[in-house]
Amino acid sequence: MKKKTLFWRKLNDRFHTLFSAASVFIAVTGMILVLYTVVIRGMDAVSLDFFLNSSRPYGVEGGGIANAILGSVMITVFAAVLAIPPAVLAGIFLSEYPDAGRAVAVLRFAANVMMGVPSVLVGLFVYVIIVVPSGHFSGFAASVSLAVIMFPLIMRTTEDMLGMVPNSLRESSLALGMTKMRSILCIVCRSARNGLLTGILLAVARVSGETAPLLFTAMFADAWPSDFFTRPTANMPVLITEYTTNSPFAEMHTAGWGASLVITAAVLAVNIVTRIVFREKNNAG
Amino acid sequence: MNAVWAKKNLTDSVFRMLCVCCAGFTGLLMLAFFVQLYVESYGAWEKFGINFIISSEWDPSRDVYGALPGIVGTLSTTAIALVIALPLSFAAAMYLSDAAPLPGAVLSHAVDLLAAIPSVIYGMWGLFLVTPVMQDYVQPFFSETLGLSQVPGLRLIFGPDYNGFGIFTAGVILALMIMPYICAVMRDVFRMTPPMLRESAYGIGCTRWETARDVVLRYGIRGILGGVFIGLGRALGETMAVLFVIGNVMEMPETSYSGATTIASAIANNFSEATGMQRSALFALGFILLAMSFGIQVLAQYYLHATGAKRGESR
Repeated sequence: MKKKTLFWRKLNDRFHTLFSAASVFIAVTGMILVLYTVVIRGMDAVSLDFFLNSSRPYGVEGGGIANAILGSVMITVFAAVLAIPPAVLAGIFLSEYPDAGRAVAVLRFAANVMMGVPSVLVGLFVYVIIVVPSGHFSGFAASVSLAVIMFPLIMRTTEDMLGMVPNSLRESSLALGMTKMRSILCIVCRSARNGLLTGILLAVARVSGETAPLLFTAMFADAWPSDFFTRPTANMPVLITEYTTNSPFAEMHTAGWGASLVITAAVLAVNIVTRIVFREKNNAG
Repeated sequence: MNAVWAKKNLTDSVFRMLCVCCAGFTGLLMLAFFVQLYVESYGAWEKFGINFIISSEWDPSRDVYGALPGIVGTLSTTAIALVIALPLSFAAAMYLSDAAPLPGAVLSHAVDLLAAIPSVIYGMWGLFLVTPVMQDYVQPFFSETLGLSQVPGLRLIFGPDYNGFGIFTAGVILALMIMPYICAVMRDVFRMTPPMLRESAYGIGCTRWETARDVVLRYGIRGILGGVFIGLGRALGETMAVLFVIGNVMEMPETSYSGATTIASAIANNFSEATGMQRSALFALGFILLAMSFGIQVLAQYYLHATGAKRGESR
């Protein structure tokens, strides 16, 4: 092997250190650029009416996004209600019943695969199992598709978080005569509470910005989301898509940016607050 | 006393059953995806057979469909994204795992937040900001100033015609989107390198870069590959960000500057208007995408399993 001089090696090292710092810089700058654009352009749209009026058809003035905000909240909350309880139970199974052996490994694998399924396919799936049989697009179908995306996410974080609970806690609670169910729910889950909440909130924040599955399930409507189960329901991500890609009107682009600002602010707020409030020593950083 | 125990045992087994059912649901869901997409796309497979994958024609007026443009678009955007994101995430992860605790944690969270921004925002940002910059500065710079469009081998990447939209722009945006995922897995992997190994390397006089390349990289190569596959899976299935900037033309792209389409964005773009055979063909595209992402997840699991690294999704 040819020997390299110390000078060359040090120079090489400096170069790579610089490149490392530059990469972090690029990533962070990228984020700041995206946020900056969204904030600057979005601020133009923001006014009281913007938050109070429902959206109007193309070209009609004075539209807001209130119905889309409400619809998005309804879809996301309903998805959370559908997904969280079974997903947490599924996570408990993966973490607390290792005696099930291969089944655990297989199901963990399935959950990991499901986490990687492109969200647009989830949209197709739900379209076929709910929209086609019921004959109409609905907010409910959108909730189901978001729940399908959320399910494996919460399942795997639950498992990871419960796995961090020391075994001595499980053993002492069982030694006190608790049933396994009580020990799991009252002791294990409780001591992993912060982690569980973090996982759940981050999963909810993540799906609340999902767009692709909503295109074929919730669609969009200018009406208020009064018929959540039977009619297309207004929602933010599809509103942004429609307003920016299918509209020549500058006001609609502005409204789209406004909606982007609202959704980004909400998602980032949940992320940042969760990270700060539920920060734990072993998963900091 | 016995009755009490029997009752407790019963609740326990009921609870266990409940957990099993909930967990089993995921497995069922995974199977259901495959079965359903296959059943829905059966018409297309029956009519076009295996030719569907290698035919590049997509003509709704003649009811002839082929998946090749979508597959090529998907693979090329993913490749560009990976080529850009991989060195950046490796270097960033290296920096972050060595950084001082406080700035390190803050910067790590900042990079993670990139993954939290909804993809439709990236799409919009790409459409209104990145595309014009690409058209006015980046693409002319490569094609004309550097003259790369005249170099035979590079013509495929830096074509003479450009308008800001296309595979290249989509790849750049995807790179920014998948970087936090790869970076998070790599950070985990780097942290798991035993300090003793690192310190021994420093002890025999290695520079930081030499330690990273010859010790940390070798030690964590499986985890890093796992991270790469996670990023790959993300890029393959990304719909909205790509949909906004790719141009959505169902044709074989000539260069990376041409408008094209990916499987995911083709589905999102055409599905609501499609009927009959076109719908079936779109489902068939979906089936191909599912199979691709399944394969990638299997590889990711295989490599990550040994390292026990987390998947960078839940942080």
